[in-house]
Amino acid sequence: MSYFKDIFNAVKTLLTGMKITGRYFFVNLFTRRDVITVQYPDNIDTLKMHDRFRGEVIMGHDENNMHQCDACTICENACPNGTIEIIWDKEKNPETGKTQKVLLNHIYHLEMCTMCGECIEACPSDAIEWGQNFHHVTRDRSNLTKSLNRPESILNPNFVKSKK
Amino acid sequence: MENQMENQEFLADKIRTQEYQLNMGPQHPATHGVMRMILQLDGEEIKNVEPVLGYIHRSIEKMCEKSSYKQIIHLTDRLDYLSSHMNNEAVTLLVENALGIEVNDRIKIIRTIIAELTRMASHQLWWGVMGMDTGALTTFMYAFRDRELINEIMEETCGARLTMNYNIIGGLRYDIHDNFVKRVKEFIVHFKEKLPEYDNLLSNNVIFRKRTEGVGIMTKEQVIAYGMNGPTARASGFECDIRKKLPYSAYGMVDFEEVLRTEGDAFARYKVRIDEMWQSMNIIEQLIDKIPEDDFRMKTKPIIKLPKGDFLQRVETARGDFGVYAMSDGGKNPTRFKFRSPSFANLHGLNKMSENTKIGDLVVNFSTIDVVVPDIDR
Amino acid sequence: MILELLNQFMPAEVAFYVELVIIAVVYLGVFALLGLFLVWMERRVAGFFQLRLGPNRRGPSGLFQTVADALKLVSKELTATEGRDKFLHGIAPYFVIVAALMALSLIPFSAELQAFDINLGVFFVTAVTSIEVVGIFLAGWASNNKYSLIGGMRSGIQMISYELSIGMTIVTMTVLAGTIQLSEIVEMQRGGWFIWTGHIPAFIGFMVFMIAGTAESNRTPFDLVEAESELGAGFHSEYSGMGFAYFFLAEFVNMFIISAMAVTLFFGGWLLPFEIGADIPFVGAIIFVVKTLSVVFLMMWFRWTFPRLRIDQLLTLEWKYLIPISMVNIVVMAILVWLGLTF
Repeated sequence: MSYFKDIFNAVKTLLTGMKITGRYFFVNLFTRRDVITVQYPDNIDTLKMHDRFRGEVIMGHDENNMHQCDACTICENACPNGTIEIIWDKEKNPETGKTQKVLLNHIYHLEMCTMCGECIEACPSDAIEWGQNFHHVTRDRSNLTKSLNRPESILNPNFVKSKK
Repeated sequence: MENQMENQEFLADKIRTQEYQLNMGPQHPATHGVMRMILQLDGEEIKNVEPVLGYIHRSIEKMCEKSSYKQIIHLTDRLDYLSSHMNNEAVTLLVENALGIEVNDRIKIIRTIIAELTRMASHQLWWGVMGMDTGALTTFMYAFRDRELINEIMEETCGARLTMNYNIIGGLRYDIHDNFVKRVKEFIVHFKEKLPEYDNLLSNNVIFRKRTEGVGIMTKEQVIAYGMNGPTARASGFECDIRKKLPYSAYGMVDFEEVLRTEGDAFARYKVRIDEMWQSMNIIEQLIDKIPEDDFRMKTKPIIKLPKGDFLQRVETARGDFGVYAMSDGGKNPTRFKFRSPSFANLHGLNKMSENTKIGDLVVNFSTIDVVVPDIDR
Repeated sequence: MILELLNQFMPAEVAFYVELVIIAVVYLGVFALLGLFLVWMERRVAGFFQLRLGPNRRGPSGLFQTVADALKLVSKELTATEGRDKFLHGIAPYFVIVAALMALSLIPFSAELQAFDINLGVFFVTAVTSIEVVGIFLAGWASNNKYSLIGGMRSGIQMISYELSIGMTIVTMTVLAGTIQLSEIVEMQRGGWFIWTGHIPAFIGFMVFMIAGTAESNRTPFDLVEAESELGAGFHSEYSGMGFAYFFLAEFVNMFIISAMAVTLFFGGWLLPFEIGADIPFVGAIIFVVKTLSVVFLMMWFRWTFPRLRIDQLLTLEWKYLIPISMVNIVVMAILVWLGLTF
């Protein structure tokens, strides 16, 4: 008797499973309501990531093309992967007459970055921050090496260096 | 008649059967990454399984010795990437305990909630892959539907979906997002509705039951002898939940059940994880309304130096007992850093489990011990 | 019909051969289109089962996606392992595809549309479809790959075992029909489909036939021959390009043949219930295809819901459950027919 009971139970459990998948099938066939995937490259322009999304490191510039980085190289030291290279020079400030570091090139190797955020955590003047760009696809590896400061940009003269 | 007998003996001499070796992996759909197993087979029956490791070895422990304590945290994301938050937590707790930093309740509770969300996400992924390994391909997408909601919560609050890197020494990287509490509650409501579906689709399915029940039985003694832990060991009745035994973060404040089963077969290992998802929801429900208003990070020195000595911290990840051991000479970097990863310990039992089973059972066993290959190789 | 047309402007003998060629070409075309359509249908159906959309870029609803895939496969290099048995490795896909094609020629799409209507129809289909196992077995053996070999061995065990219960179910239905000519079996159902007239044994027979048929076409839950998570791709691991495409198409066409047989034996072929729309030419073919695709959908539903069995459980299911049940079923059916208890 248990032979038939086994068969009956087996068919019952199989039908339970089929009921679940079948429900999703017909719902999706007629209404597409439960479809969870998105049509990726089509929605690339409207897709917006959350504010905190760690896509890449960027350097903020204001409307006068000024940034906050005084080439202190704290971020370079904080980075565990050697992602950041800072090229700087010493230059005499025409107003005060003091020699100070001037940022020439803030090189960021996106291909080496693990998005750990230690550089942004360490930066004393909030010069670098997270960008929400997620579309890093490129045909050439060298495109991933980026210069974060824009050309011709200069240090904001009244930037604040907070003591973290 | 006699002639026929002779003939058969002659054939038996001529036609021999022999055991043969089959190389499963490193590129194989069932090995969940780059792991290689050398199988000794007699027809379909498995005589011996020999895992070959090292295909994804990145010498993370050595890298840790070169890094400062702040930098170590993000490397632990890359061990067991499915329980990255718990791995981070292990390192931060180690440093905090060594320095004597006592974090406030807000940090503790948020850490615990995120850890439990991560555990659920990990178990969901495992459930989907478990279905795929047994041949039911649809489970994967159903699991990802629910996992996506957790990932969304993580992305909003922590900034990343998988390698969250949300813990820092002495607190959290950001405060929780304004939507966090609301979204977690929505998720709990959603998932309580969907988790029974997991049972109906797979756990109660007669084919799945036949595939898992009585397969790969490990007794409690064997589990202890092989050093296995986590849900895999709890399925054999070995109480080894670090959350209960050595409570850390907010686990002391909540009332939850350590899921134990005694059968020790593949189905028990499966069921333990399903029940752990219920327990995770239980923990989150108890904590989600109790997040006190406070700072989300404590004051720490800019350069962290551990005092001279040895330090050990254990946490319970989704896979089991994850241990971090650090030896310090008082400098910025540890002189020795060692991870005790649960997947590596659990993998030891695979050979014992798979003795005299079929190839199909090996896949099921491998799936139910739920290894993450980068966690094995480090 | 074509023969009469051809007879008008060529000698009778030539016309006969020309007709054969035309029918063969038509069937090859049907075969390819059917395969491509079924692959598309499988992927689309799987998409909806899995909360996805499935192919949706090329053509309406992604209908041309499989055409593009086929073109890709045609253009691919034929790779091969060292130490393979060249001859057998090359010939194996043809066994599978020719068997499927021959079986397709017997399917009665409608009263007019049947290429090859012999009085041994059912028997011939069973015989021809069992050739397929030879191809799979050869592919597994000749590839010089242990995964393929295990897959081939499994297919041998599986398909030969399940052939039995398929055969027995067909016998059960022929007991009811009293003929084994496919077109006549359909004609017998003019009064009512066999699943209705044969009631209990026919229904049990249908369930056994669906289980065994799924196993025959090597689909989940019986896809041990391929067993993606265990054997990679099983017997066709070492095939690329068109060799692989042949296996792939044949698998889907086999599924169609099994479903078509189920429709012929249980669901009245090209007939609608109560003789609605009977005997309108070509409507029958549409009805038949729709019915068959519904049964195909049922098999897809199985595939996207169930896990796979293990090899010993597969044999347990066959020898301990399906064969005894179908044996009893034959007897029950015979008694019912004898006592006239059918509707």
